[in-house]
Amino acid sequence: MENKNYTPVFDDNEMKTVEYHKSKYPAQMAAVMPLLWMIQEKYGWISTDAMKYVGDLLKLPHDHVLGVATFYSMYFKKPVGKYHLQICTNVSCMLCGGYDIFNHISRKLGIKNKEITPDGIFSIEEVECLGSCATAPMLQINNKEFHEKLTTEEADKLLENLRNSN
Amino acid sequence: MEKIILKDIPDLDKISVYESNGGYAAWKKVLSQMKPEEVIEEVKKSGLRGRGGACFPTGLKWSFMPKGNEKPKYLCCNGDESEPGSFKDREIFEKNPHQFIEGALIAAYSMGIKAVYVYIRGEYWKWINIMEECVSDAYKNGYIGKNILGSGYSVEMYVHKGAGAYICGEESSLMNSLEGKRGYPRVKPPFPAAVGVWGNPTTINNIETLANVPEIINKGAEWFSKIGEPKHPGTLLFGVSGHVNKPGVYELPTGIPLMTLINDYCGGVKNGKDFKMIIPGGSSMPPLTKEESLTMKMDAESLKAVGSAIGTAGVMVMNEDTDIVHVLQRITKFYYHESCGQCTPCREGCGWMLKVLNRIMDGTGRHSDLDLLISVAENIEGNTICALGDAAAWPVKWTIRKFRKEFEAKIKEDKTGLPAVNKVHGLRKSEEYMTISDHTEQVKVEKLMGKVQELTQNEDVKRFSS
Repeated sequence: MENKNYTPVFDDNEMKTVEYHKSKYPAQMAAVMPLLWMIQEKYGWISTDAMKYVGDLLKLPHDHVLGVATFYSMYFKKPVGKYHLQICTNVSCMLCGGYDIFNHISRKLGIKNKEITPDGIFSIEEVECLGSCATAPMLQINNKEFHEKLTTEEADKLLENLRNSN
Repeated sequence: MEKIILKDIPDLDKISVYESNGGYAAWKKVLSQMKPEEVIEEVKKSGLRGRGGACFPTGLKWSFMPKGNEKPKYLCCNGDESEPGSFKDREIFEKNPHQFIEGALIAAYSMGIKAVYVYIRGEYWKWINIMEECVSDAYKNGYIGKNILGSGYSVEMYVHKGAGAYICGEESSLMNSLEGKRGYPRVKPPFPAAVGVWGNPTTINNIETLANVPEIINKGAEWFSKIGEPKHPGTLLFGVSGHVNKPGVYELPTGIPLMTLINDYCGGVKNGKDFKMIIPGGSSMPPLTKEESLTMKMDAESLKAVGSAIGTAGVMVMNEDTDIVHVLQRITKFYYHESCGQCTPCREGCGWMLKVLNRIMDGTGRHSDLDLLISVAENIEGNTICALGDAAAWPVKWTIRKFRKEFEAKIKEDKTGLPAVNKVHGLRKSEEYMTISDHTEQVKVEKLMGKVQELTQNEDVKRFSS
């Protein structure tokens, strides 16, 4: 990916959101998770400079922010593809073919777990239960939309659609 | 059967629809007619028990909160829901979010709480958006905020988004996460009711628990206590997944026979197959064999009697073709991934158990491995700060005990030739003490040595070397 380490800046509007998040909690430190989310929404992943930036905004030691960012699996500490496919392989999905979906997509894109395609469009990750057990197997894109009750054909179609919409 | 939470009313997530179906009536009743102690007493009488897994009596939990207002008090609503196989809170957020909000407000009033935090797992992006909208609608209609409905009582409600950590469903870990720290569980005591979030008295309740409260206020404790099993009254949201024809969330009274749930509601096992194993309450709970399942009733006491637990009522059904060893390996992989790393037994033990299960799956397992796994599991259990250690140990211990033959079938030949007895603690110098990587190394070396021997037997090589 081209932007190996970026320097983040929030504009005035975003700074208002920062102030709102600070006001929700009795202590500033609590706003660290919402702020990291804001960074990830804007830049796609969280760089070291971004962690320092959040630390400065909340008057927290930088290593505290690093500690938080690395503890939670949904914060990306490295760039991911434009479409980050998070495929569940936990028990309920596994019973319904979660690994088939994972291996199929992995083979199709020619990448392994936590790798990015050379064009930067796709990356895949094997994730733990996403609470979609009745509609297994499933995948989530960029921590957002759920795609449930998948078959390999539907997975193909999904990849095709994403590639075309790019 | 009348439903308490997942009512068959369309668009109940809209505040106007909820209001026209008797919504927020309990909240109005509480504010105008009931004292906080009366609310707690009513919930106590109803026999409502927590729906997050531990089944602790809710009214009792609320009564632990200190009276008076010297310190601010907080309510955390636990919507982290990361237990594999459970997906019920998501259904509440989607189908009846306002009933949960109403319940949380009533709970807050009964304990004199000024701020409510709704902690929802970060993966539930769609449902977080729904909840944020619902909370803001409730603010607009005057159910949350300052001097609510002229009662003089004020409370704030905020939605907090998690970021993907199973451990944050543990109450003390949730509090650390809410404070903006790593989600490390805290040592108890002090309990949250004394020292909770930001050092202040805190109560943590599951989403489903709170969603039950408005109907208890509306219809009375006696009505509620007569639903289902007397010792664990009410309904449960059973989330059924795995090899069944109609997986989904079913709201049914406690004490319903497991077979009724699976055959009558879920349409039986897929493809007309038989089932082999059922996990009754999310992946942490000890599994049930077919024989146990046939007569099992789904409530806290009945499951406790056979050494399992109702947990989050996430029922996972596995058919006769399921590879039990693979299932256990996957479950253990989950706990290894999710262990927060604070306590050595859990952090290291989960890794050991996974490595041993990996080698059984690879076909390089040993007969002594099964007892070794149980021994590791028993050394994790009870030796950690939070219950994640137990949650990781129980499935390993009980799956091996109940399905030992499945595991033995995988260990066809023991490459080490050790007896099938666990001598871990006795064999000081044996290879039993080797680490797992040593073992795979040894297999590699043995293979290599075999090749060398083959070569030395070769006539051409003999001639060449001489």
